[in-house]
Amino acid sequence: MAFDAYQKREFKLVGTRVPRPDGIDKVTGRAMYGADPVAPGMLVGRILRSPHAHAKIVAIDTSEALALPGVKAVVTGADFVLPQDAFLADIGENAMAQGKSLYDGHAVAAVAAISAEVAKAALKKIKVTYEVLPHVTDVDAAMKAAAPVVREGLRLESVPDGAGGNVTHFCEFGHGDLAAGFAKADKIVERSFKTAATHQGYIEPHACLASVTADGKADLWCCTQGQFNVRWLCSELMGMEASQLRVTPSEIGGGFGGKTTVFIEPVALMLSKKAGRPVKIVMSRDEVFRATGPTVSTSIDVKIGMTKDGRITAGEAKLRYSGGAYQCMTVEMGGQAAFACYDLEAVRTQGWNVLTNRPKEAAYRAPGAPQAIYAVESVVDELCQEFGLDPIEVRIKNAAKKGTKSSYGPTFDDIGLMATLEAAKKHPHYTAPLKPGQARGVSCGFWFNFGGNTCVTLNVNTDGTVGVTEGNPDIGGSRASISLMAAEELGIPYEKVRTIVADTASLGFCDVTDGSRVTFAVGIATIRAARDAIKKMCGRAAKIWGIAEEAVEWREGAAHPAGPNAGKFPPMTLAEIAAVSFQTGGPIAGHHEVNADGAGVSFGVHLVDLEVDKETGATKIQRYTVFQDAGKAVHPDYVEGQMQGGAAQGIGWALNEEYIYGDDGRLQNAGFLDYRVPVASDLPPIEAVILEIPNPGHPYGVRGVGETSIVPPLAAISNGISRAVGKRLQQLPMSPPRVLKAIKSA
Amino acid sequence: MRYEKPQTVAEAARLLSAEKGLSRILAGGTDVLVQMKSGLIEPDLIVDIKALPGLRSIVAEAGGFRVGAAVAGAQLAEDRDLKKAWPGVVEAANLIGSTQVQGRCTMAGNLCNASPAADSVPALVAAGATVRIAGPGAARDVAVETIPAGPGKTTLKKGEFVTSIFLPARPARSADAYLRFIPRSEMDIAVAAAAVNLTLDAEGRVTAARVALGAVAPTVLLVEAAAAALIGSKLEEAALEKLSAACSAAAKPIDDKRGSVAYRKDVVGVLAKRAARIAYTRAGGKQ
Repeated sequence: MAFDAYQKREFKLVGTRVPRPDGIDKVTGRAMYGADPVAPGMLVGRILRSPHAHAKIVAIDTSEALALPGVKAVVTGADFVLPQDAFLADIGENAMAQGKSLYDGHAVAAVAAISAEVAKAALKKIKVTYEVLPHVTDVDAAMKAAAPVVREGLRLESVPDGAGGNVTHFCEFGHGDLAAGFAKADKIVERSFKTAATHQGYIEPHACLASVTADGKADLWCCTQGQFNVRWLCSELMGMEASQLRVTPSEIGGGFGGKTTVFIEPVALMLSKKAGRPVKIVMSRDEVFRATGPTVSTSIDVKIGMTKDGRITAGEAKLRYSGGAYQCMTVEMGGQAAFACYDLEAVRTQGWNVLTNRPKEAAYRAPGAPQAIYAVESVVDELCQEFGLDPIEVRIKNAAKKGTKSSYGPTFDDIGLMATLEAAKKHPHYTAPLKPGQARGVSCGFWFNFGGNTCVTLNVNTDGTVGVTEGNPDIGGSRASISLMAAEELGIPYEKVRTIVADTASLGFCDVTDGSRVTFAVGIATIRAARDAIKKMCGRAAKIWGIAEEAVEWREGAAHPAGPNAGKFPPMTLAEIAAVSFQTGGPIAGHHEVNADGAGVSFGVHLVDLEVDKETGATKIQRYTVFQDAGKAVHPDYVEGQMQGGAAQGIGWALNEEYIYGDDGRLQNAGFLDYRVPVASDLPPIEAVILEIPNPGHPYGVRGVGETSIVPPLAAISNGISRAVGKRLQQLPMSPPRVLKAIKSA
Repeated sequence: MRYEKPQTVAEAARLLSAEKGLSRILAGGTDVLVQMKSGLIEPDLIVDIKALPGLRSIVAEAGGFRVGAAVAGAQLAEDRDLKKAWPGVVEAANLIGSTQVQGRCTMAGNLCNASPAADSVPALVAAGATVRIAGPGAARDVAVETIPAGPGKTTLKKGEFVTSIFLPARPARSADAYLRFIPRSEMDIAVAAAAVNLTLDAEGRVTAARVALGAVAPTVLLVEAAAAALIGSKLEEAALEKLSAACSAAAKPIDDKRGSVAYRKDVVGVLAKRAARIAYTRAGGKQ
C-alpha cells in the first residue's frame, strides 16, 4: 500500500468537536472582514450602474464628475485593455461594460473620491447616453429564433446549426439504446420544469481595498473564496505580473461559490492606479443582487420510463440553462449530474447554454446539479405514485453503486448512495406515521467534488507549537479541520496547532475554495506536510542519538528508536526536538504541494414532512432529515453545519427565492425584503445523519461535504407538496400563489 | 440637511411651515432613515418630534387610550390595559419589521408613511381610531382612514403632523383581530391583510362590526358590506362566506412581485374569515 493511501485507523482527535479557532473573534466583532481594512489616504470608490437591461452605450461624459472637488479618479470601460482569452475578457467586460449594457445593474463607470458623499454626487454628474435595445430575460424566450440576440460571436462549435442566436454552447452525455429502453417501460412520464435564478445570499457584501503604487506594485485586500484566483484575474485585467500583485483574503461572511470570481476588485485597482491612492469599494445589497452572480435560470424536460415493479428502463433530459449575458458551462454539470444517482442501461442528457439580459452567473453550491436533479427526482416520484411504490425502495432498486457506469461516463468506485438510502429507510423519520394533512417528500442528490492545486507549509516552533499555513479562505470551518488533521498526524494536542490563511506572496498557488475541496485537498497536503516534518524530526533525533535516520520511528508525538537493535534511547517529543532544533540543523518545517485527485463523488438523501395551507398555498416545513456520506467527518459539528446549511438554502430556493424581472427587464427584488431567504422561524430543526464510508482517495478517508446538501431539497419539497395537494408542481419557487393555483386546478 | 428637535408642538409646526424644501418628521425613523440611506429621499429638514410633550406616552382618556405619535411598538405590547382592550391593534403594530424595529417604530409613522401594506393601519381603521393633527392652525381630530391618500401620500397639509392616535372606549363583549399574509413567517410585508373589530350581545350575536383590508388597494379599505355580513350573525359558516366574498369583491389589488390580483383577492377573504373567528372568540363568543 502506498505511503499516503487510505488506511483504517483509530483516530484520537479527528472526529472530535473541538472549539472553532475563529469563534471568539467572530462573536466579539473583532474578525476582519472585507470592508474592515483602512489605509492612509484611502479614497471611497463607487460604481455607476446601468438602469437598462440591454442598451448601447453611445457616450459617457465624465468631465463634470472629474471637475467636482474631491474627485480623484474616474474609470470607464475604456480604461481596460481586455485580454484575448474569452474567459478573462468576459470577466473584465462584466466588471465594467464595454460599449453595451448587458443587464440591469451592469457597471458603466466608477469614481474614487475623498468621501462617500462626494463619490455619490460625482456619480450623478456622469452623463451616459444610452440607446435602449430590445431585451430578453426568460430562458425559453431567449431560445426562440425571433429573440433579440444578447451578444454576437460567443457561439461555440459545439452548437448545432439551426439553434437560436442566443445559444452559445451544446453538450451531450449518456450511453445505451434509449428507444429500446423506453420500449421496455410499463409507463413513460414526460414533464417540463422551470427553476428561477437564485442568489447565494451571503450576508457579507463584496468589499475590497486596492493600493497601486507609483512603481507598479499593488496590494489588494478583499473578501474572496480564492486569493490566488483573484491575483490571476486581476493581474491579467490590469496587465500586471502576478508577483507584483499581492492579494490578502479577509475573513469571509459567506460565499457558497459566489465569491469565486471578481467584480469590484479590478475596478478598485484601476481607480487606485489612476488616483495614486488606496481605494476601497464596498457593495451595497442592491448592487450584490443586481450585479454579482446568481445561479442559472433553467427550463428542463425530463422523460423517464419505468416497469411496474419500479425498475427505470431509460431516462432522458433536455436542459436549457442561462448564465446571463455570458458564456456559461454550468449546463455541462447539470447534464452530467442529472441521472448520476441511477444505474441505467439507457440514458441521455443534452444541454444548451442560452444568453439572456441577466447578470453573469457565478457558482452556487453544486452549480447546475440541483436544477437537473430536481427535474429528474420529480419524475421518478411521479412514477412511484403512479405504480404505488415506496419512493425509497424504488431508489434502492435503481441506485448507482461500485462498478456502475455513471450516466456521464466514469465508473463509480466506493460510493455511499446505497448506504444513505438504507439509513433513510430505517430512520424513525421515515417510519413515523404522517399526521392528517401532512405529506412526505424524498429525494436523492449527487455532487462530483473536487481536489485541485494545494500547498501547505507546516512550521514547527521551538516551543513545541505548530503553525500551519494554507491558502484557502475558511468558509466552512476548514481551519479547525486542518488543525485537527495536523495535530492527529503529529501526535500533539489540537490546541498546539494554529492554522492561518496566507496571502498570495506567502505560499504557492492554491485553487479556489470550491468543489467541496478544502478539507479533502488541504487535508492531504497538511497530512503530507506533517509527514515531511516528522521525517525531518526523526532525522534530528537520529543525529542526536547517533543512529541511522531509518532506525527512528514516530509515534504518539515523539521520536522513538525503531526497535531494540536501534539502541536504547528515551523518546524525544516534538517539543524536545523543536527546542534544540537550532543546534541540530536549524528550523524545522514540513511542506507539501499537490494537484490532488481522488476527491470521491458524494451522495445524499433528504426527507421532509410538510403541510400546505389549502386556502393560502403556504407551505410549512415540519420535519427535515439529511443523510449524507462524509467519508470521515473530521469535525462533525462543521459537517452537520454543511448538511443543515445546504438544506436551509435549498428550502429557500424551493419555496420563495427567485430573481423577479419586470417587463422592462429590470430586477424587481434587489434586497432581502423581497428576495426571501428563509428566516430562522421558517425552518424546522434539521437533523443531520452522517454516514462514514471512507474515501479511498484520502489518507483519513475524507470526502468533501459542502455542496451535495443543496441538491436534494428542491425535489424533496416539490415531491412533498405535490403529494399534499394532489397535483404535480413543475416550477420553482413554489411560492404561495403558485401552490394555490395548483390546488385550484387539481 | 438641517436636523431640529423642537420642544413644543407650536415650534415644530412653525419649522415645518417655514421650510421651503423637503421636510420629514422623525419619530422612530424606521422608514425615513431607511429611505434616506437608500437615496429614495433627500430631505432638507428633519424635525424630530420625540421631545414634544406627551408624544411618548399612552394615556387613559374618556375610557379609551391616547397613544402619543412617538410611542414605539414595544411600548404598546407592554401596556396591559391597551392590549386587553385592543388586542388586534397591538398585534398589528407588533408585526411591523422585526424585534429590533419594534423598539423604534410607531403607529403614527406607519400611518403617515402611507404604505398600502402598513400593518397597523387596517387594525386602527377597524377600531374606529381618530388621529389628532397639529399644524399652523388649531389642532383637529380626524378619522384614521382619512389620512392615507395613496401610496406614499397623505392628506396632511403643509406644516401639519400627527401628535397622537386615539382608540375609543369599548362596549362589553368587544374584541378585534388582525391577520396578514406573508410568504415567510416574519420580517416581511403584507401581501394582503384584514382586520376585524366586533361587539357581541349576551347571546353571542354580532351587534356591531368594522372590517378593514390592507395591501389590496392604494389605501386601506373599510368594507361596509363585509361588516354587514357579520352583523346579526353568530359567525355561522354562511356569514363567514358572505364576509369572505364581500372582502374579495371589495379588494382592488395590483399585480406585483409580492402577489397577483387573483391571489390577493382570494387570500384577503380567507384572512378576513380567520380574523373574524379570532375576534369572535376574543369577545367571548363560542363557535
